[in-house]
Amino acid sequence: MLRYTLLRILGAIPTLLLVIALAFLMVHAAPGGPFDDERALPADVEANIAAAYHLDEPLPQQFLRYMSGLLQGDLGPSYRYRDYTVAELIGTAFPYSLKLGALAMALALLLGVTAGTVAALRQGTALDKVVMGFSMTGISIPVFVIAPVLVLFLAVKLQWLPAGWSGTTGMSRYLLPVITLALPQIAYIARLTRASMIDVLSRDFIRTAYAQGLGTVTVVRVHALKPAMLPVLSYMGPAIAAILTGSVVVEEIFGIPGLGQFFVRGALNRDYTLVLGIVVFYASLIVFLNLLVDILYGAIDPRVRYQ
Amino acid sequence: MSLLDVQGLTIRYGDETVVDGVNLFIDRGESVGLVGESGSGKSQSALAILGLLPRQAVASGSIEFDGQQILGASDSVLNALRARRIGIVFQDPMQALNPYLRIGAQLRQIPLTHKLRDKAEVDARVVEMLASVGLPDPQRQFRAYPHELSGGMRQRVMLASALIAEPDLLIADEPTTALDVTVQAQILDLLEDMRDNTALLLITHDLGIVAGHCEHTIVLDRGRLVEQGPTTSVFAAPSHAHTRALLAAAPRVDRGDVPEAVTGSTILSVGDAVVDYRDLQAVSKVSFSVKIGETVAVVGESGSGKSSLVRAMLGLVPMASGRVVYAGSTLEGPVEDRAQSQRRDLQLVFQDPVSALNPQMRVQTLVGEPLLVHEPQLSAAARAERVAAMLERVGLSRKFLRRFPHELSGGQAQRVAIARALILGPRVLVCDEAVAALDGSVRKQVLNVLRDVQADTGLSIIFISHDLAVVRSISHRVLVMYLGRLVEMADSETLFAAPKHPYTRALLDSVPVPDPVAMPKRAPLRGEVPSPVNPPSGCVFHPRCAKADARCGSKAPALRDVERTRVACHYPNA
Ligand SMILES: Nc1ncnc2c1ncn2[C@@H]1O[C@H](COP(=O)(O)OP(=O)(O)OP(=O)(O)O)[C@@H](O)[C@H]1O
Ligand code: SF4
Ligand SMILES: [Mg+2]
Repeated sequence: MLRYTLLRILGAIPTLLLVIALAFLMVHAAPGGPFDDERALPADVEANIAAAYHLDEPLPQQFLRYMSGLLQGDLGPSYRYRDYTVAELIGTAFPYSLKLGALAMALALLLGVTAGTVAALRQGTALDKVVMGFSMTGISIPVFVIAPVLVLFLAVKLQWLPAGWSGTTGMSRYLLPVITLALPQIAYIARLTRASMIDVLSRDFIRTAYAQGLGTVTVVRVHALKPAMLPVLSYMGPAIAAILTGSVVVEEIFGIPGLGQFFVRGALNRDYTLVLGIVVFYASLIVFLNLLVDILYGAIDPRVRYQ
Repeated sequence: MSLLDVQGLTIRYGDETVVDGVNLFIDRGESVGLVGESGSGKSQSALAILGLLPRQAVASGSIEFDGQQILGASDSVLNALRARRIGIVFQDPMQALNPYLRIGAQLRQIPLTHKLRDKAEVDARVVEMLASVGLPDPQRQFRAYPHELSGGMRQRVMLASALIAEPDLLIADEPTTALDVTVQAQILDLLEDMRDNTALLLITHDLGIVAGHCEHTIVLDRGRLVEQGPTTSVFAAPSHAHTRALLAAAPRVDRGDVPEAVTGSTILSVGDAVVDYRDLQAVSKVSFSVKIGETVAVVGESGSGKSSLVRAMLGLVPMASGRVVYAGSTLEGPVEDRAQSQRRDLQLVFQDPVSALNPQMRVQTLVGEPLLVHEPQLSAAARAERVAAMLERVGLSRKFLRRFPHELSGGQAQRVAIARALILGPRVLVCDEAVAALDGSVRKQVLNVLRDVQADTGLSIIFISHDLAVVRSISHRVLVMYLGRLVEMADSETLFAAPKHPYTRALLDSVPVPDPVAMPKRAPLRGEVPSPVNPPSGCVFHPRCAKADARCGSKAPALRDVERTRVACHYPNA
C-alpha cells in the first residue's frame, strides 16, 4: 500500500508541472495586457511598468521566475488589487469556496449514494422509476437555470431561506448555493450508484452472503457498498472539477465573495497574475484530490495495488 | 421425521421447467449424493432449499426443513435457517467469496448475525475455525484477501464459513470441481472429518465422489429424479437406463483396458525444452517424443507447466532453449515465422470451445476457414464438400452447417473446434484440456471421434489433461510433470499398473473411483504445489513426499531408466 501510494504521488508531479506550464502559456498568449487601458500610457512609463513586473524578460525566464516563486508559496503581486499579493487574495476568498464546495460534495455523496442504493434494491418498482426520473432531470438542467428557480420558490415565494448573501449571516445563507451546486451531482451519483450496485448485487459473493443469513441491510453495508463505490470514486475527479467550475457561476449568482468571484473579476480586469494564480491553485487542488481518490481506490480494491 | 423433506419440487423459468417434481429426504447425520449432468437441475434444487432462487424463478411443491416450510417463507424465517441450520459451499470459491473483504471480515459476520458470539469473542472463533479447516497460519489468513489464497485454501475458507454456525445440514455444490485431484482429495477428507453429525447433501457430476462419500445416491436427469437408493445398490444394480449410461461413461483409473503401446517411427520430438517467464521457469529441460499414430498424455497439477510445454513446442510462447524436430526438420521461432506446411501439420484444440470460435461465423465458415488460407485453389463447392465430410467425421450432421457457435451445446462446439483443427489433415493434434468442460456422455463421444480419426489416419495426439481416468482410457504413453520438470514417463500399461515416482502414485491414488465397494483412500498428498518462483531445493517434490530423506532435500534426482520407465527419483518404487 505504501509503495502504491508513493508511486501515485510521483506520478502526479509531472501532471502538475504540465498543467502549470500550460496555464502560464495560455495567460501569456491572451491578447492585451493588464496595463493597456483605454488611454495609452507614454512609452517610457509602459517600459518601467513592464520592467517592474519583469514583463520585458523572455518568456522562459519569466516562467522560471514564476516557478521559483511558486515553490516558496509566492504567486506574485496582483496587478489590480495593488496592495495585495495573489496569495493573500486567495487566502481570504478560498474559505468561502471551500465551504461551499465541500458541503455540496458531501450532500451529493450522501443523497446520491442513498438514492442510488435504494433504487437498485427496488429495481423496477415505482420508487426506482421516480429516482431515475428525478436524476435524469437533475443531470440535464444547467446550474444557471436551477439557481433562479430555487431562489424563486424557496426564498421568494416560501421565504424559507435567504435569497442572497449580503445582509445575512450563519450557515443558512449557504443552503441555496449548496443545493444548486449539488443537484446535478446528486443526480449523476445516484445513477452511477444504482448501476454499479445492481451489478454488484448480482455477483456470486452476494448470494453467499444471503446464504449466510445476513439481512439486506448487512449485505449492502458489509459486502456490497465497498465494491459498488468504486465507479463513484472514479467519478470523484470529474465531480470535483465540475463543482469547482460550477462554483464560479454560483458565487457570481448568489454574490458570495469566494474564489470564483475573484476569478471572474480577474479575467475581466486582465489581472493576469490573479487569474494565473487561481488556475494554478485550482489545478493543484484537483491533482491533489485526484491523487487522494486514487489512493482510496487502492485501499478499497486490494487487487489494484498489485498491478 | 426427516431433517429435510422435499416433495414434488418444481422450478420454472417462464414456460421452461428446470426441476420437475423432485422428492428427496435427508435424515439427521446422513450423507446424500445428488448426481446428474450439467443442467440437470442440481444447483437449482440446492438454491431452492435455501430459499435463494432468483426472483424470476417460480417454485412449487414443498420443502420442509425440520418441520418448517421453506417455499414461500418470509425473509426472517429464511435468514434464521441459513448458515445456522443449513450451510452451503458453492462451486467456485473465487467467485463465491467477496474479493474486496478480508477473510476475517467476511466470516465474523456469520456468528454476529446469528448472535452466536459477541464482538469480543467473534474474531477468536473465526481464527479457531480457520485453524480447524487446516489453514496454515490462521491468524494471517484472517487478515488475507481471497485472491492471496490458492484455490484449495479458498475452498477451505468456504467450508469454514459454511460450518462456523454448526448447521444441521451442509449442502456442498460441486465443492471440488475447480480443484486439482490431489487438493480435491484433501477437501473431501476435510468435509468428512469436519461434518460430524451434520447431514450432507453433496452435489456433483463425478460418480467417483458420490461412491466414496455418500450413503445415499440420487440421480437427476433433465430436472427429473430418475433413481434413488443406497449408494451400493445404485452402483451395483442401477435400475434406470440413465444411471447405467452415466456409469458406463465414467472411466475408471483403477481398471479397464489400456491402449497398447505403439511401435513405429517418431514424428515429433522435443529436446531439453526450457520455458522462462519473467521471474520463474515454467518448463525445465523436458524431452519427449511422439510416434506416428500415438497418443501421448501430459499430466500434472495446475502450474506444472503442461500448457507452457506444448505452447512453446508450437511456437506460441518463446522457448528459452531446447529444440523441436518435426518429421526430420527443426521447428524454430514463433509460429508466424514457421513454414505453412509445418503450421498446418500441427494443430491445437483448447479447453473452452465457445470462446475459441468466432461467434459471428457459422459452423460452415468456421470449419472451412483454414482451407481458404492453406488451399486457396479449392472451388467453393469442393470446399463445402470437405467441410460437410469433416463434420460427419466428428459426428455432426449437415444441419449444423448453418448454425452459429451460441446455437451449439458444449460438446457440439468442441467437435466443431476439432473439425476445424482436423480439416487440413494435420499429423499432430494437441488437445489442451479439450474434454475437461464436457459431461461424461459427451466426453465419451469426443474421445471416440479422436480414436477413430487416429485409427484411420495415423494422427498423433498430445493430450493434456488433469483427468487421469480419461488419460488411462485414451493414451498410449504418459508424461508426468511436477513444477516444470518431467518426473516420470512410461507407456500407459506400465504407468498405471506400476507407477514408480511417488508423485505419480499420489496422483493416481487421489482420483475418486466410481465404486462404493472399493475402499475410499485417505488423501495421499499433503500441502499444495509450491511456488515455481522459489522451487524447493534438491528434489522439488521433497516437501510433499512421504519417502523423502536428507538426500532428497539436497540432491536433485536425475532422470534415468528403471525397467521400462523413465523416472526422476532417488527411490523409485521397485
Ligand atoms: N436464472 C435462470 N433463468 C433461466 N434458466 C435458468 C436459470 N438458472 C438456471 N437455469 C436453467 O436451469 C437448468 C438447471 O440448472 P442447474 O444450474 O440447476 O444445473 P446443474 O445440474 O447444477 O448443472 P451444472 O452441473 O452445470 O452445475 C438449466 O437448464 C439452466 O439453464
Ligand atoms: S527423490 Fe526423494 S523426495 Fe523426490 S520423489 Fe524421490 S523419494 Fe520423493
Ligand atoms: Mg450446478
